[in-house]
Amino acid sequence: MHRTTHVDGSGPLTAAEAEVSPNAVSLVRDALRASGARLLNLTLALSIFAACWTALAAALRRDIMPYPWEVLPVFVSEMQGDLWNHMVASAGRVLKATALATLIATPVGLGLGQIRLLNRIFSPLIGLVHPIPKIVFLPVILVIMGIGETSKVFLIALILFFQILVVVRDEAASLRPELIQSVRSLGAGRRALFRFVYLPASLPAVLTALRVSVGTAIAVLFIAEQYSTRQGLGYYIVTLTWQRLRFEKMYAGILAMSLLGLILYLAVDALERIVGRWRHAGES
Amino acid sequence: MITIENLTFRYGPRAKPVFLGFSWHVAPGEAWSIIGPSGCGKTTLLMLIAGLRRVSRGTIRVGETVITRPRPETGLILQDFGLLPWATVWDNVALGLRVRRFYGPDGKHAPRGQPPPSRKEARRMVEEWLRRLNIYEQRDRFPGAISGGQRQRTAIARTLALQPDLLLMDEPFSSLDAPTREDLQNLILQLRAEMNLTSVIVTHAIEEAAILGRKILVLGEPPNTAPLIVDNPGAGSPGYRSTVDFLDKCTELRTLMGLAH
Repeated sequence: MHRTTHVDGSGPLTAAEAEVSPNAVSLVRDALRASGARLLNLTLALSIFAACWTALAAALRRDIMPYPWEVLPVFVSEMQGDLWNHMVASAGRVLKATALATLIATPVGLGLGQIRLLNRIFSPLIGLVHPIPKIVFLPVILVIMGIGETSKVFLIALILFFQILVVVRDEAASLRPELIQSVRSLGAGRRALFRFVYLPASLPAVLTALRVSVGTAIAVLFIAEQYSTRQGLGYYIVTLTWQRLRFEKMYAGILAMSLLGLILYLAVDALERIVGRWRHAGES
Repeated sequence: MITIENLTFRYGPRAKPVFLGFSWHVAPGEAWSIIGPSGCGKTTLLMLIAGLRRVSRGTIRVGETVITRPRPETGLILQDFGLLPWATVWDNVALGLRVRRFYGPDGKHAPRGQPPPSRKEARRMVEEWLRRLNIYEQRDRFPGAISGGQRQRTAIARTLALQPDLLLMDEPFSSLDAPTREDLQNLILQLRAEMNLTSVIVTHAIEEAAILGRKILVLGEPPNTAPLIVDNPGAGSPGYRSTVDFLDKCTELRTLMGLAH
């Protein structure tokens, strides 16, 4: 599939090139070119972002909108101390919630997708509850689950749960019965079906759901961390810095939270690309 | 090889039976076609033999086993190939062998007695079948990126890699164009002779039934109560397609199905 012709380097082969198969050489070259292009894109995006920020700061000329070069050194020094710990706490909550939601929503979604009766009973309920912004339950959850770690993880997991549930359910329902039958005819029982069909079929669906909802999850985390905790980026941004008018530090916190979102998004996106390679198979 | 006694099958407790007191026998090494109009129950019969549907009454025995679930030594090939879309051609062909290694020789999911192939052995077998079916070059591609003929070859390789003694096929070539279909029909004839397989192929195409079946079971409007069998000894011999015998046989089948005028 990666049989690119050697457009450049049209001269005679070097000794190194002659020893490696031409296919390997072009594969490496393609990979380098792709990552080079991505790096260029990233640099471009960052430059435009910095330019807009600077323009906004220059236009406003207020304490609440410092210049990027005032924030960046604060960010770097804060990341070596407090801010890093808050970021780790927030990241931990998101990851715990992700694991919890995935582990529960995937089997439930598979069950709903494969057992029509269950789906008929529960789908209206899911359709009713899914669109409710789960953040409104924050006060209830705080009271019931206490002010500790559990309530925050639970709230985020609740949001991710419905996203994953719905996508996995639809994916499982779209598995054609012929596929299941022919794998059963190879000897697969329930366990092997799960291992060789349901699991690989739902993995990309889980990742799609996570990619779509990781932004919402972090937004909700930001709110949740303003209550009854002394750890996390939400606490850092609102209580520690904003309310004390330390705006450079506040922006360092905002940068950290953005970075957390970006890293999670890119990680999920990369995984999704690897796992979902086959979806693009028809296009090449 | 297959013994069906007094089979009754209906899709629901109050539905009209598709088979009613139906008995049929297939001897080892025989090559059968099942033909009939749509809705006659030919696919249902194949699914019953494959163990993917349960009989309402009566028994189906394949080899020594009374069929209540898929039997590991039976191979099944479907019209829509049933390939895993997220797995490469190689991984699809290896799937059956992996399922066997997953369970071990438990007699339920994999044949008892013979240990499942080791990883290395399985790799060799997969490669051999890919080469035999001429899809080795496609091994790293996904089903979505290869032709229909190549997909069906992948499905055939996956099934035959498990060395079945009985091969069941449900309209395996219906969705393929004519040259590919003829090509694969010839391939099946060859493989069947080589591997000494018992085979049952369900088809709605009269010509296909006559090319692949040395015996042809004609089903009609349900309920089917007794088998109507046409002998077709010429099937499988080289050049049978262009003989007068073949054309006569097709005419005979057409008449039996109530199509000739």
